[in-house]
Amino acid sequence: MSSHDSLEPAAPDRDGRPPLTLLPVRQGLFGGSGDTSGFGGLTQSVAMPAPASRPYGEWFDGVVDILEELLGDRASDAIEAVIVDQGELTLVVARDHIVEVCQHLRDDPDCRFELSLGVSGVHYPSDTGRELHAAYHLTSITHGRRIRLEVAVADADPHIPSTTSVYPANNWHERETYDFFGIVFDGHPSLARIAMPDDWIGHPQRKDYPLGGIPVEFKGATIPSPDERRQYT
Amino acid sequence: MTARATGPASQDDTAPEFTAYGADWSDVAEEATRLGSQRIVINMGPQHPSTHGVLRIMLEIEGEVITEARAGVGYLHTGIEKNMEWRTWSQGPAFCTRMDYLASMFQEAVYCLGVEKLLGITDDIPERASVLRVLMMELNRISSHLVSIGTAGNELGATTIMTTSFLAREYVLTIIEAISGLRMNNEYIRPGGVAVDAPEDVIAALRALDGTMKAKMGELGNLILKNPIFIGRAKGVAYLNLSGCMALGITGPMLRSAGLAYDVRKEDPYCGYESYDFQVPTSDDADAYSRLVIRMEEVYESLKIVRQCADRLETTPGPVMVADKKIAWPAQLSLGGDGQGNSLDHIKTIMGTSMEALIHHFKLVTEGFRVPAGQVWQTVEAPRGELGIHLVSDGGTKPYRAHFRDPSFNNLQALSILCEGGQLADVVVAVASIDPVLGGVDR
Repeated sequence: MSSHDSLEPAAPDRDGRPPLTLLPVRQGLFGGSGDTSGFGGLTQSVAMPAPASRPYGEWFDGVVDILEELLGDRASDAIEAVIVDQGELTLVVARDHIVEVCQHLRDDPDCRFELSLGVSGVHYPSDTGRELHAAYHLTSITHGRRIRLEVAVADADPHIPSTTSVYPANNWHERETYDFFGIVFDGHPSLARIAMPDDWIGHPQRKDYPLGGIPVEFKGATIPSPDERRQYT
Repeated sequence: MTARATGPASQDDTAPEFTAYGADWSDVAEEATRLGSQRIVINMGPQHPSTHGVLRIMLEIEGEVITEARAGVGYLHTGIEKNMEWRTWSQGPAFCTRMDYLASMFQEAVYCLGVEKLLGITDDIPERASVLRVLMMELNRISSHLVSIGTAGNELGATTIMTTSFLAREYVLTIIEAISGLRMNNEYIRPGGVAVDAPEDVIAALRALDGTMKAKMGELGNLILKNPIFIGRAKGVAYLNLSGCMALGITGPMLRSAGLAYDVRKEDPYCGYESYDFQVPTSDDADAYSRLVIRMEEVYESLKIVRQCADRLETTPGPVMVADKKIAWPAQLSLGGDGQGNSLDHIKTIMGTSMEALIHHFKLVTEGFRVPAGQVWQTVEAPRGELGIHLVSDGGTKPYRAHFRDPSFNNLQALSILCEGGQLADVVVAVASIDPVLGGVDR
């Protein structure tokens, strides 16, 4: 087990915000916590990797420095946290600044993240006020680097400015993320559903959307949908 | 007006509609002339033999010239990513192998590399398992490119190109079957290694394949490369230059046809690709013809890697699954009279001699192993481009989120720019040069 999967509370980020907690406490589970006796109540808190502090290592400091310089006094608002985990650099970016951050990362000669490999969504229902996350994966062919940008928005206000003006490649990827998570990308040229039918209700990749979302009929048999069967978490 | 992806090709409900079944074109043309309508929107697919599956293209034409082309996808959406959130980490390959059904191994590989990165066991994967992964991926690349070349020919009416390349593909699939037990949807690469070691006679088969494939590829080259009809149809068609490719995130043979030798195997090696000797073919023509030539050259490069894999299999003994028994899938497969199944010796041991082994087997198979919380991004070079996975774990026994960045999904965005301003008949050439597999696009 790695260091971040433990019971100790992880360090808060630069704004004093605690690290993202997926499931605050998980109960009734052997393994992982090191407690095999059961007397500890078999509880285990699960947290995502905490924000890193300088130096970040490798080339990470350089890119963050350039970005902070280009953003000027907006830098502290724009970059909410810097996370270094598994040798990957993740910048948590405020939604209002995502297009500007993308623009700098693409155009600055020392960044040159010229290839966008799409947008992926993740739904964290327990991350109150920041339930819906969009992850942007950028690649710099020039420098042979990869970076992840993450934008978190509230379920009640799921709006993120579209990055298609910087990366036209994100067009379909944003449509897909909208289709599956309901994140609205403002300024997208044609934000239609892409996989589900136009008149579909709900966003299927959200955690509150059941796997057996529509009933499947079998003659003379009822089979519980996979999400209603016995589960081990 | 609400944007619609799957609605009718035209938003105008009063527009006249024709359904053509073939051989009735003159009736349709006469009726259209009578109505005197200027704007013609053609719906192509999703059930169309030249759309590589269930791709729908909405074309607005003026004469024979395309003025607007839009692609509609989603007809093959099966919710594989959602399903994977309800299955253990070990069951994942059974789902993701079915997305892009022509490039199964790459999806299994990218998923397993992602899981291993999250587990922190990337360096513990046995050498032989990595060699087998590379071997299977390269064999799969050959079979996938052969389908691409064959169908491209078939869609232009050259059935012989199709039959020749499908026959060549069959030789590759026979070897894939000999190793994994299945021709397609193999579920061969598992978190921690591969499902089963290759049989001993496979090295001889690989050596024989080298000559057979070269002969077949020579035959295909003779059929295609100097063929004046094929050159006339493919040269200068579906042009997309480097800046267009970069803006649209195009990778794979399409990007390399525009002159950039970007290949993940070279730029960010995985499974030990840095130790293999191979070239990355490129071209500056950026058209459908050069993409086909690049695919043919890549088959030769893959054969080169397959030869090196055969050499290494001879000299690299050892396990094909990680040593950690808490992760390694307890499949002790053997070949019985009724096909491949669990080894009788293994069943005898866990059922008859060791209660702990039985409990361990049961726990690992039903509950699965836990993966530390976090997220990773991993990519591999699939036949169609850069295949990525965004894998999130919440510390449980199942993926919290598994998102695949499928290269065909991304590359299909280029369809409009490839077709608009071109001839109607060139749409088929453009689609074939993208080489989309709709199972991967829709997932």
